Amino acid sequence: MKRFIGFVKKEIYHILRDRRSLFILFGMPIVQILLFGFAITNEINNVKIGILDKSNDEISRQLIQKIDASPYFQIDQYLYDSNEFETTFKKGKIKAILVFEAQTAKELITKGSVKIQVLTDATEPNTANTILNYIQAIIQNFQSEINLQQTIPLQIVVESKMLYNPELKSVYLFVPGVMTIILMLVSAMMTSISIAKEKEIGTMEILLVSPLNPSQVIVGKVFPYILLSIFNAIVILLLGFFVFGMPMNGNLVLLGLESVLFILSALSLGILISTISQTQQTAMMISLMGLLLPVILLSGYIFPISSMPQPLQIMSNIVPAKWYIIILKGIMLKASGIALLWKETLILVIMTLFFLALSVKNYKIRLE
Amino acid sequence: MNTDKSIWVKDLTKKFGDFTAVDAISFEVGKGEIFGFLGANGAGKTTAMKMLIGISKPTSGAAMVAGYDVFHQADLVKQNIGYMSQKFALYDDLTIKENARFFGGIYGLTNTEIKSKTQQLITDLGIQEVVNQNVGSLPLGWKQKLAFSVALLHEPKIVFLDEPTGGVDPITRRQFWEMIYKQAHNGTTIFVTTHYMDEAEYCDRVSIMVDGRIDALDTPTQLKKQFDATSMNEVFLKLARK
Repeated sequence: MKRFIGFVKKEIYHILRDRRSLFILFGMPIVQILLFGFAITNEINNVKIGILDKSNDEISRQLIQKIDASPYFQIDQYLYDSNEFETTFKKGKIKAILVFEAQTAKELITKGSVKIQVLTDATEPNTANTILNYIQAIIQNFQSEINLQQTIPLQIVVESKMLYNPELKSVYLFVPGVMTIILMLVSAMMTSISIAKEKEIGTMEILLVSPLNPSQVIVGKVFPYILLSIFNAIVILLLGFFVFGMPMNGNLVLLGLESVLFILSALSLGILISTISQTQQTAMMISLMGLLLPVILLSGYIFPISSMPQPLQIMSNIVPAKWYIIILKGIMLKASGIALLWKETLILVIMTLFFLALSVKNYKIRLE
Repeated sequence: MNTDKSIWVKDLTKKFGDFTAVDAISFEVGKGEIFGFLGANGAGKTTAMKMLIGISKPTSGAAMVAGYDVFHQADLVKQNIGYMSQKFALYDDLTIKENARFFGGIYGLTNTEIKSKTQQLITDLGIQEVVNQNVGSLPLGWKQKLAFSVALLHEPKIVFLDEPTGGVDPITRRQFWEMIYKQAHNGTTIFVTTHYMDEAEYCDRVSIMVDGRIDALDTPTQLKKQFDATSMNEVFLKLARK
């Protein structure tokens, strides 16, 4: 028995003295619960709406005010022509557009009912559904209010259109998301091991003494993995098309280039992780467990970012996956071109360069 | 500054905050010399050597290695020296030829040069049978000799050996030193650190570091006279006890 206790004591010392495993045992669950709790939500908050109001009468203005006053929605833009719809949705900020035809009030009073059109961006089918339901609820409410003063009940009929994904197929959400997550994790993991490995087997020193300069080593380590990751990306895309029926409405070349860019950003992140890890195991743990949850939760893949608390929304901006998913959905579902996606592309480019530069700097520090 | 010497060091110092790891050491090493850089663990040997091979920036002082300034021409220093690490670092999952091709390549050798030198290496070491095996499967003694040969692939004028005989049996150690002699005879300067005091006897000159300073610098024979000792081991013990 005594032997056993002695052994258990030793194990406890190991655990307590290993800062890293302490963090994982206590720190990570707490962080994850907080993240989960705040990030996972099917509610919507402050969803940005566009309005095309051809009536501009009491009914339309009152209804718009009511919607704006609700915490769920925020009137972001007034449109003046139905031609603007396409571009507006492609930009991605506005998730729904309300359309009031001309003379709404007159129509309602003379004919007893009027139609209002609600167009939603269904590339996120769950959110689109929720948005539609909430709008319908608000309109119902408004309808009841008006009818308090009426003898003949008036009806406001909501005509809804789910754009880009009329059947609300979840695969449209699923395939871009899965592709992004897997690419990111695998790429980051692959490169994260490489430098840590050199440190472990002792060849790092040899590389440092050799005439190779830090940039050559870092870029040299990223390069071979690009081809591997591209292969991965192609397989996932093909499976998405042929097995899941994912549409491909946009430019294939643009898709390819953006994918290579994203792969580069993930590989660079991996190298960065590698420079701060002493062992391969640490590197793998950080890139797998450390990245897994934040990427899944904060990339907007499952849970809409706009519904998360402000700090999480800000954090989501540093997750490369978030920007790539926007790009992917834009190209595949909305056929967006580079003109509409330049901002996201630029962000990915800057992130990649930043990770690479930081890796080179970390590598150089070893020379001091 | 004397560029005639292979290695020229003057008041070289390295401080880490308040702690002085290397305290104003000065020495010179001539061409083709076998120079033993000795000292106890923690005396500052490795730190000093790191400065000489260009991977650590000195705090003060000056050093020229292979005719290049360690402060400002670290890249040129690196191109002109060879290095063999304590762990005999070669890539275990690559074959001998592949390791040679990699190291030859990063030191700027052409494909033809690499091919012929690799062939030479294989013949000299007599390792034809294992040429296509991964280095990881070779016994330690072979790895050691291999690491040494690879360090010399690009024919550097100086080669730095960091405890090259650690964990190797006496016979293999002896054979290794024969390889060292052969290289020195060809004009390569050998800078070697070691714990084995008997190996100190094989060197042309020896320096002993204690607490960051060089407390002894001379030929083994002279040092034994100076410290009234019969072996380098005794010399070392006397110095370390001071």
